[in-house]
Amino acid sequence: MNSINRYKILGLAGLVIAVQLLTQFTGTAFYLTQLTMSAYYGLVIIGLGVLMGYAGQLSIGHAGFFAIGGYLSAALTTHNLLSYKDSLCIRLLERADMLVLSEDIYGDALLTVVPWGACLMAVGTAALIALLLAVPVLKLKGHYLAMATLGFGTIIYRILLATPYFGEADGISDVPPFQLLPALGGLPPVVVSGSFDNRVVNYYVAWGILIVGMLLLLNLINSRVGRALRSLHSSEEAAEAVGINTSRCKVQVFVLSAVYAALAGVFLAHYNAGIGPSEAGVMKSVRYVALVAVGGMTNLWGTLLMGVSLTFLSLRGVFGSLDDAVFGVILIGVMLFAPEGILSLRRFLVPAKDAALKRDEP
Amino acid sequence: MLKIRNLDAGYGKLRVLKNISLHVKAGEIVTMIGANGAGKTTLLHTIIGLVRASAGAIEFQQKEHTGSCAQKIVAAGCTLVPEGRQVFASMTVEENLILGGYMLQRREGKDAVLRELQYQYDLFPVLRERREQYAGTLSGGEQQMLAMGRSLMSRPRLVMMDEPSTGLAPLIVREIFKIITRLRDEGNTVLLVEQNATAALGIADRGYVLEVGKVILQGPAADLLANSDVQRAYLGREKIG
Repeated sequence: MNSINRYKILGLAGLVIAVQLLTQFTGTAFYLTQLTMSAYYGLVIIGLGVLMGYAGQLSIGHAGFFAIGGYLSAALTTHNLLSYKDSLCIRLLERADMLVLSEDIYGDALLTVVPWGACLMAVGTAALIALLLAVPVLKLKGHYLAMATLGFGTIIYRILLATPYFGEADGISDVPPFQLLPALGGLPPVVVSGSFDNRVVNYYVAWGILIVGMLLLLNLINSRVGRALRSLHSSEEAAEAVGINTSRCKVQVFVLSAVYAALAGVFLAHYNAGIGPSEAGVMKSVRYVALVAVGGMTNLWGTLLMGVSLTFLSLRGVFGSLDDAVFGVILIGVMLFAPEGILSLRRFLVPAKDAALKRDEP
Repeated sequence: MLKIRNLDAGYGKLRVLKNISLHVKAGEIVTMIGANGAGKTTLLHTIIGLVRASAGAIEFQQKEHTGSCAQKIVAAGCTLVPEGRQVFASMTVEENLILGGYMLQRREGKDAVLRELQYQYDLFPVLRERREQYAGTLSGGEQQMLAMGRSLMSRPRLVMMDEPSTGLAPLIVREIFKIITRLRDEGNTVLLVEQNATAALGIADRGYVLEVGKVILQGPAADLLANSDVQRAYLGREKIG
């Protein structure tokens, strides 16, 4: 990790705290809800940013991974497993201390998976599916890769819409809170849920996860493996010639970005106490791709900033019913006028000579 | 060092290389000349494992390497400077070189890579001047030097070069070939594939002539230079009288 990135991370952490204090004092704490959600979507976007910008592999199916994470975690923590009590699976889960017995709203016994267990299973499943998908699909390039991942996203969307277990068009609601940390030394437990009392804690949890996720990716990019990734979209032949296993490298980064998306899905499902099929829609995947492009393909910080702020505006309903249209226009505008991302426009603010001396982030 | 026996390779049903045999001894420059489409690049790709051989054997450092993947053969000490340079354009010169030490870093750690980096900067001083620049902004000659430096970063035993003279001004070509000679004099082994037959045979110890996938001539470079068939076909000289 170089010092510039260290300062940027500290700056981001400072900004996060400042925003929270600002909302506290101005009595606008309701903004925190959308800021929390934006941070989780930010996690999807930076994961996709590494895949697209650095490794040069396009995916128009990332909403699929988000949905796999969110839906599995929601279903496992919500649906009653009591009737399967004697099956081997359930007994194994019980042995692993991953089940919880409670009561549903009618007072009947309800046996479900504990959220952390469901989270592990959901993210693990998403990683496995990503692996199985990546091995054949990443042999494709350009348009063909785009079409294959688009197809994957569509399949996931259709499966969710048609499966009663996943609630068909209604999705899954009443997803229980996700307790991250138990009550310690007089402090209340840290719980991921949408309840009013937890708003500030959840805001910090979400941004904490996003910052840690960002740190990991920044370290990855500047490591030996990261350099290998970045070499992929210049020349695979040359990359092979210096000894990089290009196909394994591509599969690894694809799985990593799927894990980021799935993790975001899990947390958002618990935060919103539910998830619906629109989260898996193709337009969502397209939006993630657009946000990476708007931020700048090989600029992870730009991706983070633009991704989070545009998502926030969209969640606040600033674009109204024109939401998708606005994202379309932004994408076209960026492609035409600032193909290196919105932040590259700052060169018009800095005198040309300085800009030439200053090198952008790789 | 490198021994190839009765090698066949191609793409799908297309057989590009037919029954190729050749060898490279430690410390020599061996050149492979031939026209477009003769199979020169395919041969190098087969040796390094990007194209699979359908018959025959590749032996490197007394070890069988037929059908090995590129990682294995690179790890064993054989690298390729690809045709058209193929530097990593969106990375800096220094990052390109460090990436060339990808295998070295895994084997001996980061310090070894940094030491090797200084050595490459001494060999190619212009790269030191340009270390912070994106590789895509270099001139053709500088890119060729970068591609060579990148390959040398892994301290290979055998460097294979695919048409290093492509698209370069004659003056730069002379400089590149001077560097190749120097590499040999410092104890490296080079397999040089070229269309520029005069220049390649001028610095090589031995040579092979490849035509539509077959070796049609081989011998000491000086003999090939003097050979009338080679002169007519590749050097553009017609013996008069």
